[in-house]
Amino acid sequence: MSNAIQTSQIPTLNSIYRMQWEDSQESWVLLYPEGMVQLNGSAGEIMAQVDGQRTVADIIAVLESKFPEAGDLSADIIEFIGVAHEHDWIEFS
Amino acid sequence: MSTTGSNSADSPMLNPQNPHNAGRPFWLLAELTYKCPLQCTYCSNPLDLKGSGRELTTEEWIEVFKQGRKMGATQLGFSGGEPLVRRDLTTLIREARAMGYYTNLITSGLGMDDRRVADFKEAGLDHIQVSFQASSEELNNQLAGSQKAFQQKIAMAKEVKAQGYPMVLNFVIHRDNIEEIDKIIELSIELQADFVELAIAQYYGWAFINREHLLPTKAQLEKAERITNEYRTRLEAEHEAATNGSGGSCGNGAGQSAGKKASKPPKLIFVTPDYYEERPKACMNGWGNIFLTIAPDGTALPCHSARELPIDFPNVRDESLEDIWYRSTGFNHFRGYEWMKEPCRSCDEKEKDFGGCRCQAFKLTGDAAAADPVCSKSEHHGKITTAREEAEAIAAGAAGHSPKLARNTHNQQQAIELVEQNLIFRG
Repeated sequence: MSNAIQTSQIPTLNSIYRMQWEDSQESWVLLYPEGMVQLNGSAGEIMAQVDGQRTVADIIAVLESKFPEAGDLSADIIEFIGVAHEHDWIEFS
Repeated sequence: MSTTGSNSADSPMLNPQNPHNAGRPFWLLAELTYKCPLQCTYCSNPLDLKGSGRELTTEEWIEVFKQGRKMGATQLGFSGGEPLVRRDLTTLIREARAMGYYTNLITSGLGMDDRRVADFKEAGLDHIQVSFQASSEELNNQLAGSQKAFQQKIAMAKEVKAQGYPMVLNFVIHRDNIEEIDKIIELSIELQADFVELAIAQYYGWAFINREHLLPTKAQLEKAERITNEYRTRLEAEHEAATNGSGGSCGNGAGQSAGKKASKPPKLIFVTPDYYEERPKACMNGWGNIFLTIAPDGTALPCHSARELPIDFPNVRDESLEDIWYRSTGFNHFRGYEWMKEPCRSCDEKEKDFGGCRCQAFKLTGDAAAADPVCSKSEHHGKITTAREEAEAIAAGAAGHSPKLARNTHNQQQAIELVEQNLIFRG
């Protein structure tokens, strides 16, 4: 990853992927041609906020208000957004 | 595919509902029909194309999908034969997609047109995989046994991309097309594939009886892999330059290239053949572990080749998918490690490769519970090295021993006899 993530950027799901909640796995999964990525709890929460409208800052705000006891989430979220971008799960519009 | 496929074992106690603590069938492959307009000699379908029973009806397929989804299946492949032969394909896609499956159409492209591509999209189809035989029209059509195949495939691949699907192109690679792998990759780039499977032929079904005509030499294989790696490096570098590049085309002002998205180059997936390995693959990630195939007549199989094994497999017309997956004799046959013989039984790699492929073991040794002869620890490993030597000899101009048989119902009797008479490869 060469470029730092800016909180003003708007992530959007790469069109190769479809994301959905799987009851049987109790987790969010990313489905793509003949494959699947199972997301862990926090990754799933973050990815579920990626809608092509919200900026990274919006996503941080939404999740911090959803999980007030967790404190400052910005570093973790920015780091994960970077990882997701590296994996091509998301693009920046 | 990266999955976390194991169920958490709550206790070591035997659960009669799931006696082998089997994982979920994540992958459901629906072989809708064995009918196909092409006649590829490397086809993995069974030799007995006609002997299969009546195809499942629309309603029966939908019921299978429903049960599979309930058991946790997420990927659904429509395959065959050629699935486009089924006129109810749009209905099946619509129903499966509504259940939450990621739906994959695995097709030759023959029998498709822009209208059908659009209908499938509207029904919710997620992805289309188009197979090619070669990068040139002449060779492609010769290998496919169809004069119109190549142009149709090109048109359909373009249509698939134009209508916004993710697209996988699949090339089965063998002696007759391995030398043009660079052109195959070029074609895939031109067609804007998202993924390209360069799958060196594996020897099941029709491919097994035609192995002598298909298996490349080691030198050919190494060259093909090297070329593929060179393309990977080049494509990556070009994409990097196009995305980050300040060396944009127009010089008037900054920011011009920042928002521009360079289209991603295809991901090249090179699938090496077992025959040049010294350890077997972990076939299907383990027998009855994540993969469930339903044949056109409703026979349930742990993989699409398992029909060739001397094992009775259950049919979805007679039993529920749950009974089949968790409790049938067929599916429990090679689960766990109890069935293994030496050298697998005491091998410290058995949990890594599960003894390899049961179909390959059976085809080459006559014993489905033997070690996969790909393994150099197998006493039958000589069958593999002999095949490699044959490939070298034929490449050097020697005559082969067996006829080359196009996959069609006309040839099936001859193909079956070749196997029954043990004329091929068991020696």
